[in-house]
Amino acid sequence: MTDFPLNVVSQFGPPTAYFIYAILGFFFGFILESAGFGNSRKLAAQFYFKELTVFKVMFTAIIVAMVLIFLSSAIGLLDYKLLWVNPTYLWPGIIGGLIMGVGFIVGGFCPGTSLVAAATLKVDGIFFVAGALFGIFVFGESVDYYNIFFNSSYMGRLTLPDVFSLSYGAVVLLIVIMALLMFLGAEWLERAMNQGQFSAPTKWRVPAAFVLVSLAVITMALGQPSLPERWQWISKEYQIKIDNREIYASPLELASLQNNRKLRVELLDIRPESDFNHFHIRDAQHTDTRDLEQLADTLIALPGNTVTFLASNDENFATEVWKLLRAAGVPNLYVLEGGVNGWIKQFAPTEFTAPNDGEEKPAFFFKQALGERYPMASPNLADYELDFTAVVKLEIKRAPEGGGCG
Amino acid sequence: MTSDNYPVKPSSGRPYWNPYFAGILLGLVLFLAFFITGNGLGASGGLNRMLVYLQALIAPEHVDNTPFLLAMAGGDTNPLLSWIVFMVVGALVGGLVSGWLGGRVKLETNKGPNINNRNRWAFAFIGGALMGYGARLARGCTSGQALSGGATLSLGSWVFMLAVFAGAYLLAYTFRKVWN
Repeated sequence: MTDFPLNVVSQFGPPTAYFIYAILGFFFGFILESAGFGNSRKLAAQFYFKELTVFKVMFTAIIVAMVLIFLSSAIGLLDYKLLWVNPTYLWPGIIGGLIMGVGFIVGGFCPGTSLVAAATLKVDGIFFVAGALFGIFVFGESVDYYNIFFNSSYMGRLTLPDVFSLSYGAVVLLIVIMALLMFLGAEWLERAMNQGQFSAPTKWRVPAAFVLVSLAVITMALGQPSLPERWQWISKEYQIKIDNREIYASPLELASLQNNRKLRVELLDIRPESDFNHFHIRDAQHTDTRDLEQLADTLIALPGNTVTFLASNDENFATEVWKLLRAAGVPNLYVLEGGVNGWIKQFAPTEFTAPNDGEEKPAFFFKQALGERYPMASPNLADYELDFTAVVKLEIKRAPEGGGCG
Repeated sequence: MTSDNYPVKPSSGRPYWNPYFAGILLGLVLFLAFFITGNGLGASGGLNRMLVYLQALIAPEHVDNTPFLLAMAGGDTNPLLSWIVFMVVGALVGGLVSGWLGGRVKLETNKGPNINNRNRWAFAFIGGALMGYGARLARGCTSGQALSGGATLSLGSWVFMLAVFAGAYLLAYTFRKVWN
């Protein structure tokens, strides 16, 4: 696994983790104030084209952070899948954004900048913070009356590269180039609108832009890691687990975990659909393995007490899928030992025990496609002695639970 | 390299930083936040939790009966035990230290020349209320959505960013007397 991001709360304990967040907040506030964002006139000047500082600071920050995030992901230092990417709720975002835009021009701040304004004793900033708290209060009291809209047009973790079907590297480079061109336009506009008030722009911004474009080009050339590549990075650590059979849970263990109410068991049946329709284990979901990236995103987003099992007819195909999903960062992931065939051998009445040899083929012949209505789909565990070695251990989830405004 | 001449200057103390310099440093902090913790930066969520803390002190039953508040402060949950609260406290201290080092901590009201203090404060309160309301509806403010979601290429955050600028530019002419 990549080493970053860390799960700071579980790795260092809450006090240290909160201290880290406070330090990050300190620099955040320090920079906002130093950039002049504690001054409402500076912020409002953006909207009368007097001074485009808001735009320049914001977009410089976005492109610098973006290039570094995707570069460190490309070289395998940072796992992008474990970062909090704001989920898209399209229309609430647009309406909320428009309301905020009005609030910006009326009040002169946004929530973050009003904090540093209030901290430096700007009276308008203090009134703004009080107003923001009032607005949040009204929202908390009123949102439950239109919850349907608040939760509408949900698109999940949808990114610009998904929308435009481009690679992450290409989008990163395009955004960098677009932002740099807009900076040029902004400087031209500033000079045109205020003759003589500006000193000549700094010289070092040209080499800085050159460095940023070069890093973006490198990011694009390296490309974001594919799942087989990610498996190569982690195979040293995880091949041993496969060899020691630590990832294979016996049918008895799976069946008893299915009855455990503290866990959420996801059983993914990755066999062809015809096999699934003939017979499948109770609560198994027929799962397509063509788009594993998408599947991994779905699995990572499930609650922390989820345990996922993969079942193919025997173990081999499920093990290959396990490797790639594990490389994608899916936690608590196991393979059903012996596959669905192993399950039937364990739980079926005798008439089903006629073997039909072949790799990844059902070892049994079913006269009718009854799905999970065969009795061995939901065995009565009271009839069995539960003497299995438990392999399932819940691990701490590394994916972030909530974003900047949760 | 950090002190250029810009039309909007602080009324006291040292001049503000060059915007590209500030932007690069802010980008580095944003990257470090993601790199270390997996989360970006934020502000309005912290304000929200401080407010809900007060609400839970005054009317705990009301909080337990309102789904939106329940998620943050239902039962024994302490809404202040969240990373975003500590980040907001850090930002307040950071802003104060920066202003103090630059000699810019000063009791004053920043406004356009054609508006009196009392009206400016009223507008600040109303704008703040709209901002607070909109930020919760959009699930994030300029920092939590635009900066953090922008750098991680979230579609919703980019659309949100356009909406904020659109809303402000659309009404800039209407409110020109406030600022000019």
